[in-house]
Amino acid sequence: MYDIIVIGGGHAGCEAALAPSRMGLKTLLITANIEKIAHMPCNPSIGGPAKGIVVREIDALGGEMGINTDKSHIQMRLLNTGKGPGVQALRAQADKVDYPKNMQETLLNQKNLTVLEHMVEDLIVENKVIKGVVIDQHKKYYARKVILTAGTYMQAKIMISSETWSSGPDNEKPSENLSDNLRRLGFKTMRLKTGTPPRVAINSVDFNKTEIQPGDMEYHAFSFDTTDYKPLDEQVPCYLTYTDDRTHEIIMNNLNKSSMYGAIEKIESKGPRYCPSIEDKIVRFSDKPRHQIFLEPESIHIPEIYVQGFSTSLPKEVQDEMIHTIKGLENCEIVRYAYAIEYDAINPTHLWPTLESKKIKGLYFAGQVNGTSGYEEAAGQGLMAGINAALDIKEKPPLILKRNEAYIGVMIDDLVTKGTHEPYRLLTSRAEYRLLLRHDNADIRLREYGYQVGLIDEKRYAKFRKKIENIEEEKKRLGSIRISPTQEVNDYLKSIHSSPLKDGITPLRLLKRPEMTYEHLMALLNEDAVLSKEEIQQIEIQVKYEGYIRKMKSQVDKMNKLEERTIPQDINYDEISNLAIEARQKLKQIRPLTLGQAQRISGVNPSDISILMIYLDTYSRRRKESVI
Amino acid sequence: MFDDTIAAISTSLGEGAVSIIRLSGKQAIEIGNKLFKGKDLTQVKSHTIHYGHIIDPEDIKVVDEVLLTVMRSPRTYTTEDIIEINCHGGVFVTNKILEFTLTLGARLAEPGEFTKRAFLNKRIDLAQAESVMDLINAKTDASLNLAVNALDGRVSNLIKNLRKEVLSIIANIEVNIDYPEYDDAVVVTHQILKPEIEKVLKEMNHILEVAKTGKIIREGIKTVIVGRPNVGKSSLLNKMMREEKAIVTEIAGTTRDLIEGYINIGGITLNLIDTAGIRETKDIVESIGVNRTKKEINEAELILLVLNNSESLTEDDKKLLNLTKDKKRIIIVNKIDLPSKMNKENLEHYIETSMLNDEGIELLEKEIKKLFELGDIKNKDINYLSNTRHIAKLKKARHSLKEALLSIKDEIPIDMIEIDVKEAWIYLGEILGEEVSDNLLDELFSKFCLGK
Repeated sequence: MYDIIVIGGGHAGCEAALAPSRMGLKTLLITANIEKIAHMPCNPSIGGPAKGIVVREIDALGGEMGINTDKSHIQMRLLNTGKGPGVQALRAQADKVDYPKNMQETLLNQKNLTVLEHMVEDLIVENKVIKGVVIDQHKKYYARKVILTAGTYMQAKIMISSETWSSGPDNEKPSENLSDNLRRLGFKTMRLKTGTPPRVAINSVDFNKTEIQPGDMEYHAFSFDTTDYKPLDEQVPCYLTYTDDRTHEIIMNNLNKSSMYGAIEKIESKGPRYCPSIEDKIVRFSDKPRHQIFLEPESIHIPEIYVQGFSTSLPKEVQDEMIHTIKGLENCEIVRYAYAIEYDAINPTHLWPTLESKKIKGLYFAGQVNGTSGYEEAAGQGLMAGINAALDIKEKPPLILKRNEAYIGVMIDDLVTKGTHEPYRLLTSRAEYRLLLRHDNADIRLREYGYQVGLIDEKRYAKFRKKIENIEEEKKRLGSIRISPTQEVNDYLKSIHSSPLKDGITPLRLLKRPEMTYEHLMALLNEDAVLSKEEIQQIEIQVKYEGYIRKMKSQVDKMNKLEERTIPQDINYDEISNLAIEARQKLKQIRPLTLGQAQRISGVNPSDISILMIYLDTYSRRRKESVI
Repeated sequence: MFDDTIAAISTSLGEGAVSIIRLSGKQAIEIGNKLFKGKDLTQVKSHTIHYGHIIDPEDIKVVDEVLLTVMRSPRTYTTEDIIEINCHGGVFVTNKILEFTLTLGARLAEPGEFTKRAFLNKRIDLAQAESVMDLINAKTDASLNLAVNALDGRVSNLIKNLRKEVLSIIANIEVNIDYPEYDDAVVVTHQILKPEIEKVLKEMNHILEVAKTGKIIREGIKTVIVGRPNVGKSSLLNKMMREEKAIVTEIAGTTRDLIEGYINIGGITLNLIDTAGIRETKDIVESIGVNRTKKEINEAELILLVLNNSESLTEDDKKLLNLTKDKKRIIIVNKIDLPSKMNKENLEHYIETSMLNDEGIELLEKEIKKLFELGDIKNKDINYLSNTRHIAKLKKARHSLKEALLSIKDEIPIDMIEIDVKEAWIYLGEILGEEVSDNLLDELFSKFCLGK
């Protein structure tokens, strides 16, 4: 008997298994292939806008993805540095061999965690409560909670043009029975699709004809606790090249062979809009003379290049023909052809915001099986499912991150409230309050939670507290001293193209000037900076963008008024007269926890929310009276 | 149950298709019956609707064709007898019917009084009553359904177009953020952003400018008539009243403590301030005092300053001319039927009337229209943003964009500026009642070519 069983060893499964075992619970991870734990079947990259911030959030909460990426990357870049702090994000090229290897090591050495290699076929459910799982030889494992992270393996099919065959990613064995059994248990599933571009042999690429894209020559880390950095000069560059009219012509001439456009076999499943195939790009954006193609090394251990931007469902011979029109790839050899994969996912509106299913108590879902795409999205959900399953066993209240607290909160709220029809990817545009959800302040937002649930130990927590203290103290100090308009001060200001002072001013106020940095302040004060780079950055952002941050926080306050009004779970929507029919159906299906969540359900109108509000008032009154 | 019967216009006042006048109380059905030509309402069943006409109780003339609903106590909103008269929407007719109910013994309801009665009659509890009030208040912001329905299709198109332009700006900024390495989208710089925002601002300014006209048509012009005693103020007032027979009672929702009456002149409503003072032909300047006059003049949107053609300008006249010189005013030189003794050389612009001979009222009408740039307002093709809430939201949106412009000047990072642009987009959405939801993503993926 285990406390928690995790099905699947992908990015969701790893976090879902590590969190409870670190919280002291006996955990079992069952995967079809131990060697494929934390495998990266698609892009060998972690992070990027929004997704990179998720990795920081995972780290702040005590997850593993950030730490593991810091150990296993071959290149790192901070993106959007030319823009404001609200949108900067880290992206790493992860080493496709090292990343899984390091993660496997962590899992296999984790106390309280057992890893077994099996294919789970069915779930044991009694009276709508999960009891355990059935593995291939009808053997049973029992647990108090089960977290299902089946990724894209459920009834997975691979497609290259008209060829299709049953297979998981990278020709792994798919799970044939699990989704049938889920449907039998009352879950609605949907068919989703995603694609991956071809890989080419590294020694067949002429990089001289492409533009080099090196990593940053500055140390970066996803984890707030990383102190060992990989040497900057050992980073491996990426390269940029382009399609041209010859590529486009070949594609147009072969469109009928594309499983997306051709008549051969229409793919019914929904693919993500943000991962369009190259033929899709050329048809939809026919006025564009060329499209970017990024060449990304997969690993220092395998001589393969990932051809980003070249997803396709065209046959192999066409892939060969068209890839050879690309500069630098004229003579390249495709080691693995592009393919599309189609799989079953559940409708995520079956889940509570804790990621526990509404139908079966104790059964949680996380990752691509919930209709998302991306390693980071999967890991974020895995962590939250793991934490919440563990908290429930410990009889503690759940951890539900709000939309103004984390991208993870935005994602889960979107999924369980609105559902999805295409593989869901996090984008900065999905977050209303992204100035609050920054890369730099993930620890300030979330580390406290990580500490409270027991994933951040005392040592890491003390380090975090110290950082907060340093920031606050320095802000206080800078607001309490003054810089006088001396000749020396004004000369210095002039030298950095800042207007001279007429009166004395606090350094804090001076820092609000766009051109002013903390370093300048130190020069003006004749001091040496004793704070860390991160602390200084925090002070600069908090001071400079105070007005915008305040504006955003007042928007949050407005929203939170509805967010704080909880809806009792024994509410009977049929009893509320005047609700619109569609609203009633949706409310019954989603069963939102708060009025805020209810308001975000599509089909629930403001008037329905008002009616609900009135009902809740009388409801709580009645409850009070009946108690008396 | 309460002794008195209350009445109010329950729909928002304007040129909507239908307006509802609601009465609640013991006398509701009786009063309705006196106004209604059709079935005998005292005999009809509860919760039934009846076709008929509203007649003026004084001269028995038909005023409007209506549908009238009878709901008997206790199964009604207030638990009292209620009638609802669905009439043809216009401000004039609706006010008229309300006025009839008041002459027949109903009392004008205070804002929220129907709900208050429902609460006091124990039909709903306080929380519900409060929630309804929340609804009435907060809903002006949140529940946009009503507003949306009320919106003229062309008006919503104006806003939709604005919103589309703003959305396109946002999408351009966001695509830079989400796909920093893709060259598909132009990198939005301060130089690119500035003219785009200015363009939207210009359109907003235009709509708001035109909206003023809409507001005037909808809400009327706050007007004060000033002049020395015996220059003809009261005959001007009476003349205008006779012209349109249009002094009506207070309309719920306007500043009732200030407005004393309404005159309809050629389709424009003049909201008269302190008509009593004028009617009693008291000397405003002396008896009420200059301060009071000043206050009224300040509050007014239009001053009708009446002078007497048969007398030369007095100190008081000059005082009034001076007091009103910065306001929109029409100088009326009355009594042109009498020999002129006035030196008009220093009057920059005036019209001449003779109340005695019915001369000059059309001139006044023309002048008002000219002054407020109203044109031919009988034209039904009105493209105005006329709802105060909509105007307020549009102004907020404009304010956000102005903030964005300021930030551009300060070279604040684009993604910060986008916060203001997005705010403008949200305000515009609140006018339309559109959800913020996924249109941004749709815009992103339809416009740009992105991803692996």
